Amino acid sequence: MQAQPEQQEQQEIEPGQAIRSIGVRDLLAAAWAIFVKDLRSELRTRYALNALVLFAASAAVAVSLGVGFIGMRRTDEYLLIQSALLWIALLFAALNGLSRGFVYEEETRTMAALRLAAPAISVYLGKLLFNLALLLLLDTVTSLLFIVLVRVEVGSPLAFVLVLAAGGLCLATATTILAAIIARASFKSALFAVLAFPLLVPPLIVAIQGTALTLDSAGMTLALPAIRTLLAYAVAMFVASLMLFRFVWEA
Amino acid sequence: MEISLTVEELAASYGARTVFAGVSLQVRRGEVLVVSGSNGSGKSTFLRLLAGLQQPSAGIAVYACAGRAWAPREAGPIIGWVAPDLALYRELTARENLRFFADVRRLSLGDTEIDDLLVQVGLGGRGNDRLSAYSSGMAYRLRYAYALIHRPPVLLLDEPTVTLDTRGAEVVDQVIARQRREGIVVVATNDPRELRYADLLLQLGSP
Repeated sequence: MQAQPEQQEQQEIEPGQAIRSIGVRDLLAAAWAIFVKDLRSELRTRYALNALVLFAASAAVAVSLGVGFIGMRRTDEYLLIQSALLWIALLFAALNGLSRGFVYEEETRTMAALRLAAPAISVYLGKLLFNLALLLLLDTVTSLLFIVLVRVEVGSPLAFVLVLAAGGLCLATATTILAAIIARASFKSALFAVLAFPLLVPPLIVAIQGTALTLDSAGMTLALPAIRTLLAYAVAMFVASLMLFRFVWEA
Repeated sequence: MEISLTVEELAASYGARTVFAGVSLQVRRGEVLVVSGSNGSGKSTFLRLLAGLQQPSAGIAVYACAGRAWAPREAGPIIGWVAPDLALYRELTARENLRFFADVRRLSLGDTEIDDLLVQVGLGGRGNDRLSAYSSGMAYRLRYAYALIHRPPVLLLDEPTVTLDTRGAEVVDQVIARQRREGIVVVATNDPRELRYADLLLQLGSP
């Protein structure tokens, strides 16, 4: 390794190149860069992926072997129980994996480098995108496992997918800001659970009831209020997070 | 580009313990401020305050650059920071790390410029290695590339040559020499040999 002579130091980067006003496109492009970086890191470390998939698989297998819905009549209670079990599996898998974005940055001490380089809003959007991608995967894997192993029969597939997506949005928006808050705390898991409880229980109740309706053949009409409520919750949480995140990030 | 740093009555404390208080100074373009003192005297804390990574318990620090005032917490675009507690992404290669930080800073850098930067810090030919395969000295050199990628007017160097070999220390000499021409440098050190960089000296704690 040779130190380079001073003449070769004069590279083409202009001094003070980063000093300029930042527009919305810049913020979104920076958020995309953070998302891509997190995705690349995740594919190499499997820090969250393994936990999410293993938890989903364990839950589906345990429910399948332990409860055994075969032969039971498809009453309203039966559908509610199946729906509740599905969302409990999704919730705990999400709580296991979705704090990864910020906690990993803190544990590997890369938070300071990111803080100096990236606008706060881009960090939040990038991490939210990453959590949404993880949750999409988690939703898909868990529901397929439940359909196969727990014999969940979906009466209205489109409504089922929409309720899952809307509930997933709620989980992702809430857990992203919570992860940012707890990242520098000493007892991360305990604090995450305590803070998540009041934020996630309301949308979870709506998601369980909405999903139960989609398992019946009642279809979209009956599930629509649940989908609307979940989307409204996700939007409210997203807007609140946008306003709050800068203070959390710079604290 | 005009650049200056003004610090007035700056203080830092951890709980009830005051690390330092009443620090006032001004650094102008072309000057190197060396912050010296024994372990625990607050050198690293002083630099973290200037980088906006920590809040002071009293006083202010403000940069004047490009026709406006910058509080440390919003001064990311004008600051380059190198420190032992700065870490980059170990699962990424050196080139991926620099590309990522160029992207989030919205710099239009080509591969050649990134390669030039790696050569400048003595990592030419090792850009495709993951950081997990780097020695501590090589990882420290990459921190210089991270800090210099946007050619910041302000360079904050905490323990600038720790873990670096002789060649690495020469790289630091060159970086400081160039930065002295283009902006300001603040160096925190307890190595007496690094006092030679000083145009201004701030002694923290017991001398």
